[in-house]
Amino acid sequence: MEIIIIGLLLGGTYALMAMGLQLQYGVARIMNLANGEVLVAAAFGTFWFFSATQVSPFVALIGIVPLAFVVNWAIYRFLMLPLVKRAKNQGQLEVDSILATFGISFIFIGILLAVFGGDYLSYSYMASPVHLLGETYGLNRIAAFLGSAVLCVGLYVWLNRTRAGLTLRAVAVNPSAASLVSINVVNASALAFALGGAVTAAGGMMLSMFLTFDASLGVIFTLKALVIVIMGGVSDIRGAILAAFILGLTETVVAILVDPGLTLAAAYVLFLIILLVRPQGLFGRRTS
Amino acid sequence: MQRRTIFKLAAAAVLAGSFGLGSAQAADPIKIGVVGPKTGPLAGGAAVTHFPNFELWAHQVNARGGLKLKDGQRKIELIVYDDRTQPGETIKAVQRLATVDKADFIMAPYGTGFNLAVAPIFDKYGYPQLAQAAVTDKMDELVKRYPGLFFVQGSTTSYAKTAIDVLKKLKDEGKIGNKVAVVNVADAFGIELANAGRPLFKEAGFEIVYDKSYPLGTQDLAPVIKAAKAANPDAFVAWSYPPDTIGLAQQAKIEGLDVKAYYSAVATAFPVFKKAVGDASENILGAGGVKYTPELEKFYKELKDVTGVDGDYWGNPVYYSMLQIIEQSIEAVGSMDRKAITEHIKTHKFNTLIGEIDLSSQRLQWLWTVGQWQDGIFHGVNGVNVSDGKPVRLKTGW
Repeated sequence: MEIIIIGLLLGGTYALMAMGLQLQYGVARIMNLANGEVLVAAAFGTFWFFSATQVSPFVALIGIVPLAFVVNWAIYRFLMLPLVKRAKNQGQLEVDSILATFGISFIFIGILLAVFGGDYLSYSYMASPVHLLGETYGLNRIAAFLGSAVLCVGLYVWLNRTRAGLTLRAVAVNPSAASLVSINVVNASALAFALGGAVTAAGGMMLSMFLTFDASLGVIFTLKALVIVIMGGVSDIRGAILAAFILGLTETVVAILVDPGLTLAAAYVLFLIILLVRPQGLFGRRTS
Repeated sequence: MQRRTIFKLAAAAVLAGSFGLGSAQAADPIKIGVVGPKTGPLAGGAAVTHFPNFELWAHQVNARGGLKLKDGQRKIELIVYDDRTQPGETIKAVQRLATVDKADFIMAPYGTGFNLAVAPIFDKYGYPQLAQAAVTDKMDELVKRYPGLFFVQGSTTSYAKTAIDVLKKLKDEGKIGNKVAVVNVADAFGIELANAGRPLFKEAGFEIVYDKSYPLGTQDLAPVIKAAKAANPDAFVAWSYPPDTIGLAQQAKIEGLDVKAYYSAVATAFPVFKKAVGDASENILGAGGVKYTPELEKFYKELKDVTGVDGDYWGNPVYYSMLQIIEQSIEAVGSMDRKAITEHIKTHKFNTLIGEIDLSSQRLQWLWTVGQWQDGIFHGVNGVNVSDGKPVRLKTGW
């Protein structure tokens, strides 16, 4: 039971890292390597807000999420769209966008260094124990898990029950067919990219409650998100969420029952197995 | 089009040439090269322990008119390069400083491996290399090979041994039992400390009830702390790195890890540790420590005022003392004759921020290596050739 709860908490953490990238890659087809930097920027923003006001960092979401939405929309509109228009096929777009966002990630790191300095940033919030079924867990991790659950369910419902969500799913499945039924693919992609950035920023805020950040840490989150998104299958958000929880549970089982030193190895073995058995990912569709 | 480019290049070359001529005059600043990670995995530590010291030092020296040389006072100009935490970049940067920028002096880089990587280049171009952020057990061997290399720092074993000595003393006094849980980060310094520590724990009569490593960048340390707790230890030792040093303490607080002595290695001495762990940081042991004097208090204040950085209670004061040694040696020699400066460092004793330092063996003779958070300051409690450490307190709850 203890293992399951710790694993679920870690899975929630991973879902926060991966959902934003899933939206950006699944719908807008941009493999955004600057995703981790957005997460770190949001964590820094939260840190700054909390240090200045001592108000609950969740309040910072009010500013961080819209800001991340606007910034990511602008990135898509002005930096990614020319690449989308130029690309002859999806393969070329992926290569171009990987290179471009890799560059953007350095710009982000530079801005973070200039604004916040390169020092480690960490603060203490809700770092108190919660007793559940005879075991103790960190309150901030549980709060982040609940936040992650709200985001997961919210996104899923929004994607499946609203017209805008349907539009995004249509673009995710087939952009050229979507444009035939008078869906504005550019707008839908920009929306997905911006929304992905906003979700990532919300994740960064929640992770900042219990992780220590510095300006160069983004690449770690990008890599983890990348593994999860590819494991889950690029075109369905359920895949990323499921993959995040499978990864969290696997790492925890290995850490507790085998050896904490083998968690990374276990994560990548799992990744390899899934790639071998289902190359299209857990929820992916085989491309014809 | 092509011709125009050539003209531009030629114009640029002429400009650069005249600039080069101008910079040969006597009143020009002394060029001092600084290399270190502004980005990459080590950037967080370097932003506190490495870069701010040079900034403060240059600011202070320039504020009083510059370094006093035989041909008059000359100000300092820092040339700073980011090595992106990649040894290849460190090597390139040092090479560039020596050959292109023609720096008068080059400060040693940040990190053990990085210092070892550039030692041959410092040696080749005849620059003294005073390494502060480098901890190794091969110091004696290395200083023999490189006559200009100085370690203003302790060895790996000295860090492990002095920490274990603190625990042994508590055990011998009957204050704690003999069961210790040890964890380490599976990365360079963490592995070295763990390997140095194992036989020392045995020798000191400790029973290691839990001994595991975890990967660098582990985001959930709950399993590690839970397992350590289940082993029911009297003392907890983590040979850890910055993000996990903080993560472990936060998790131990949540779990209420009931030990009478709690030690974690790198970054326990950082102000961010206290910020992140709060009052629970009281009585936590860690690598580093200072003897807190009014001069030191003044140093931290000036560091904050000039650079905006809250200094750590480990490297910063030693780093600054090392810069004082360099400054005193340059002024005593009266020129930027690097050979004479190296010789001066080897043959004199220096009064510094942290006390008298003698580098005649190319190694620091004394150093605080174990500190403890007591009333909001990370005081030195044990070290190499130090005797006036604060008495160690027991960890009583979180």
